[in-house]
Amino acid sequence: METSIWRPILYLVGIMAFAGLNAAYLGWCERKGAARIQRRVGPTEVGFAGLLQPLADGIKLMSKQLIVPQGVDGIIFRVAPVIAMIPAITSMVVIPFSGDIQGRAMELSVLLIFALASLSMIAVLLGGWASGNKYAIISSARAVSQNLAYEIPMLLTVIAIVMISGSMNLRDIAIDQQGGFWHWNIFRFENGHFLYMWIGFIIFFICSLAETNRAPFDMAEAESELVAGYMTEYGSMGFGLFMMGEYLNIVVGACLTVTLFLGGWDCPFGKTPGVWWFLLKIYVLIFTVIWVRWTYPRTQIYRLLNLSWKILIPFSLVNVLVTAALIKVF
Amino acid sequence: MTLPVELRHDETFVLNLGPQHPATHGVLRVKLTMDGEYIVKAEPVLGYVHRMHEKLAEVAPYAQFMPNTARMDYLHALAFNHGYALVVEKAAGIEVPERAEYIRVITVELNRIASHLLWWAAFLLDLGGFTPLLYAFDDREHVIDLLERITGSRLTYCYMRFGGVYNDIDDEFITGTRDFIKRLRSRMPSLYHDLVTHNIILIKRIKDIGFISAEQCRKYGATGPVARGSGIDYDVRKNEPFSVYPELDFDVPVYDECDSMARYMVRMDEMEQSLRIIEQALDKLPDGPVQAKVPKILKPEAGYYYSAVETARGSLGHRLVSDGGKNPYKLKLRSPTFSNLSLFGEVAEGMLLADALAFMGSLDLVIPEIDR
Repeated sequence: METSIWRPILYLVGIMAFAGLNAAYLGWCERKGAARIQRRVGPTEVGFAGLLQPLADGIKLMSKQLIVPQGVDGIIFRVAPVIAMIPAITSMVVIPFSGDIQGRAMELSVLLIFALASLSMIAVLLGGWASGNKYAIISSARAVSQNLAYEIPMLLTVIAIVMISGSMNLRDIAIDQQGGFWHWNIFRFENGHFLYMWIGFIIFFICSLAETNRAPFDMAEAESELVAGYMTEYGSMGFGLFMMGEYLNIVVGACLTVTLFLGGWDCPFGKTPGVWWFLLKIYVLIFTVIWVRWTYPRTQIYRLLNLSWKILIPFSLVNVLVTAALIKVF
Repeated sequence: MTLPVELRHDETFVLNLGPQHPATHGVLRVKLTMDGEYIVKAEPVLGYVHRMHEKLAEVAPYAQFMPNTARMDYLHALAFNHGYALVVEKAAGIEVPERAEYIRVITVELNRIASHLLWWAAFLLDLGGFTPLLYAFDDREHVIDLLERITGSRLTYCYMRFGGVYNDIDDEFITGTRDFIKRLRSRMPSLYHDLVTHNIILIKRIKDIGFISAEQCRKYGATGPVARGSGIDYDVRKNEPFSVYPELDFDVPVYDECDSMARYMVRMDEMEQSLRIIEQALDKLPDGPVQAKVPKILKPEAGYYYSAVETARGSLGHRLVSDGGKNPYKLKLRSPTFSNLSLFGEVAEGMLLADALAFMGSLDLVIPEIDR
């Protein structure tokens, strides 16, 4: 494609549209999915099968008054929801949706995504802190310790992948896995000695659940303990932005998992690679996330941290060491 | 209990849990003194739904207090009906026809199952599992439908009368109940136990958490599943038999682990025992009237009367003082949840907030019954 002014604009609009659509409609998917799991029907009233429900919710949230309670840190309180949203949308720029659909193929795109993922944690911290609500502060303290604990095993598994692919560019990592599911990082049959990579995949998936604050690790918004956690004091679109940021983080997490482990836009049978395979894979992953949420009860903050420090980090360290050794030997 | 950190009593803050909080199931307020996420001191504050039921009993004839009984423990309303009917029958010397006794047992046990199902649902909700709620309500709906057919209401029943029950049961109710027994028995292992009881996250959350010793149970007067989860084999239906319970064969599940899991298992087993009771009662159901001849206005002889029944939450005592008039002179209730809640403060000390709330859920609190 020839470089012109239209290309960035096209991508900007495209990515914003993709992000907005996902943020709105994952809410609908979650409600429908939860309803099916619970033998209900979910939203049906607004539009066909409730498809206009996100729109109606959006209008409701936007038309509500933005209440800033007394005693909150006004500026930070207003800014925090925006900070929750920005990194999630920005991360989309470097995600390779297919061979020719990608905003920017940066050399350090893996690093960039992780840097941005940490930013969304800061939004939670600021939002909870500025609220001046005890529940919100407990919640943000939990969110921070949880995110710190789970970023380490996540990065360690990614290091193993980077070593195999020899690149920190998401596009190169995806291209490295083209040609059928036996080339994907999760299986890696073609040079036999990376057969254990599915362990890395499981660690990465668990970590991405924890990073995106999803059940069974939704410590930060454990509604039976902390009311609504860091969102307790937020109403109207402040709440809406937090929710959308959360769904976008799930999308980014799924995109990253697909790119790193599941071959990106590659077809499992090596026939017709394209963006549709990428989308299919991320939505299967997102459905799994929803499925897990509506099946399991919540764990407890100390068990969660123990799981990370005592199980996931040692396993991912061993993973890195074994991978490095195998690369050196063969 | 050993703590991973040492609590510092000088750096604490007060967290008001409730009266409006999703985990307190009603309007219980707990004043928590916290050190980080650890509870240094927990102080339940009661009285937000006090409605003077005991005083109301004194200002109206005996029969008019019956609807009030259901407004206290709305989850096991029929047991409260039963308890009040028993104490007044004892005072006035009324004989209850046998068929009515059996019907009382059947309906009370059905109501117990509904109550335990709702506890199970709410407990899982406290632990963050939303889906089990819908499954439990699906089963509970069948019980409620059955009870609605014969009592006329779905939640706050006023079904018992002095000397019998308001309405006879019919064949449709009997077949419906037998169907329900089959249905719950088939769903219990697959849905309730496979999905939830054997779930590793649930086990880690409630096993060895919320330790209540038998000593503490006796100290605070805890009864019901709370005491039976601490190894105290006490069930009013067995130990101080009333109605036709002695003629029915059932076990009292007792667990010695003293933790939240033990209380959970007691309630799960109790549902099965209630099914057994209902099954036998339906088989033995005699023919005859369901209502004895009782004078319109009761004037029991002056004196003190007491009766106890086993509700889903424990032993419920009615103490009635009569001065020979048409109104009770005094009616005092000993409600199980009040005693069960009293030990919360002592046990929750040093717990994490999340564990304390899981522990509170395992006590099965019904606040209107505490406050009355």
